[in-house]
Amino acid sequence: MRRQVVTGAAGVLTLAVLWEGYKLLAPDDGVVVAGLTVLPRSNDVAMPHLWDMAARAAAPVTSAPGAEPLWLAVGQAAAFTLGVAAVGWVVGVTVGLLTATLMQRFRTAESALLPWVVLSQTVPLIALAPLVRRWGSQLEIGAFAWQDWMSVAVIASYLAFFPVSVGALRGLSSPDAVHVDLLRSYGVGWWRTYSTLRLPAAVPHLLPAVRLAAANAVVGAVVAEVSIGLRGGIGRMIVEFGASASADPAKQWSPIAGAVVVGLVAAGACVLLSRALDRYRVSEVS
Amino acid sequence: MSATAPTSPSSRSGPVEPAGPPDSPDATTTAAAAVEVRGVSRRFASRSGDVVALSDVDLTVRAGEFVSLIGPSGCGKSTLLRLIADLDRPTGGELTVFGRPPHVARQNHDFGIAFQQAGLLPWRSVRANVELPLELHGTGRAARRARATELLGLVGLADFADHRPDQLSGGMQQRVAIARALAESPSLLLMDEPFGALDEMTREHVQTELLRLRAESGAAVVFVTHSIPEAVYLSDRVVVMSARPGQVREIVPVALGSAGDRTDGLREDDQFFDRVRAVREALHGTDGATGVGRGVDQR
Repeated sequence: MRRQVVTGAAGVLTLAVLWEGYKLLAPDDGVVVAGLTVLPRSNDVAMPHLWDMAARAAAPVTSAPGAEPLWLAVGQAAAFTLGVAAVGWVVGVTVGLLTATLMQRFRTAESALLPWVVLSQTVPLIALAPLVRRWGSQLEIGAFAWQDWMSVAVIASYLAFFPVSVGALRGLSSPDAVHVDLLRSYGVGWWRTYSTLRLPAAVPHLLPAVRLAAANAVVGAVVAEVSIGLRGGIGRMIVEFGASASADPAKQWSPIAGAVVVGLVAAGACVLLSRALDRYRVSEVS
Repeated sequence: MSATAPTSPSSRSGPVEPAGPPDSPDATTTAAAAVEVRGVSRRFASRSGDVVALSDVDLTVRAGEFVSLIGPSGCGKSTLLRLIADLDRPTGGELTVFGRPPHVARQNHDFGIAFQQAGLLPWRSVRANVELPLELHGTGRAARRARATELLGLVGLADFADHRPDQLSGGMQQRVAIARALAESPSLLLMDEPFGALDEMTREHVQTELLRLRAESGAAVVFVTHSIPEAVYLSDRVVVMSARPGQVREIVPVALGSAGDRTDGLREDDQFFDRVRAVREALHGTDGATGVGRGVDQR
């Protein structure tokens, strides 16, 4: 555990050294060979000093009186995006599991659904986002009205469900014939076989899928925020601050760091989930 | 599940002993037969034509009787066991388990089953594995626990109740699987080469243990094996099968005393060798046909 902390800190430190080292050694306008920039510019606009970024994060967001510090605004945006991604992750994992269960239960469902599941991931996300928003805005059931953040969550879940459905299908089909025969000899039905055998046996396949789903949900949420134009999240903030990069180059690095933190928190949550399911991760015995 | 018209080609050749009531000395003749097999066939359709795994097999296993099925690879002995367990359906003929069709017997939990692989669920403790059939069939927690403790004591693994299966040796895992098969005190045990993957010493040990368990439970056993000495040591009768198509070639009565009286000393007894020779001759055919015994372990 302690070694992991040290290794992690060393990794971050290495990145920082590389950043500042490059900035120190490389020419300001980058390295240009025959009109092509082969190494990026290292001037203060393209690559601000790390300490400038830190100082900017501590400063207020805008010059308006009473503006909150930048780090606080970034933290709020990151929490917002994380929440939307988490909703997308939960929906995606649920839908993925249900799809996989359906495909495992009925072989015709597998041959009918699996190609569509794979095909679904070839649709470009940017193209999909405005569509989802428009369909959503037509939904109005009683007091329930579709919100833009729901569109973002839908897109996050759309990316998250794919690895789960594929991984869970493999996992649910993974029990040995001898185990399936055994449960059949006990005269138990499909549901008991599913809950006592297939689902636990699927865990080693599910955990990596769920981790991938978390990463996908975060990426999906950040990108969908931008293409839907949802305010309040970290994706939108990166684009907004990026627009003023020439005037205030250090500012946009705060939301970028915030996006990294969102990804780390999501990955950490998956590690905790793996820990909780530790006893199902054993290798198969004969 | 009704039997379809008999499809087996009547290609019987060689001595096939009629499976009528054989004279085993220690069978309980009063109760209904544990297993009745009448004219059973099983064909598997394949691209290159049908494969006949079993052709017109007759067999009766009485209550409390230990019957081994032995024969070369591909003689259908495992298929026959799977038919009895309702893990597969025959394409012809009729089977009953305690007078009921196999699928009813399966729903009634009339039999326990053990395979060549121990097949323990790796995420469950040894105890929870033994409790599995009881849990699935709604036995209360306290009763389950008591029964598992008792069974683990019987197979000599009381100290390993809270271990995980992967912490146990192959022989120990197989003993857990046997305890699990005995969990609901079935009056019929179906065993498909349960000791096939064990080393010789472990194997002899668990064989003697199985004899003891069986003497205590009084269950009938259908036991598929590759090993002639194993079949002779354990059984009241040895059913010798031949391959392509799978048929009953001969049924050899062993008559070496009841299960409780058999000990390791029997393995060096002249009578034992005599029966081993009888089974071997039945396997190879008295006409000296070669190749019939291929795939049979002659240790």
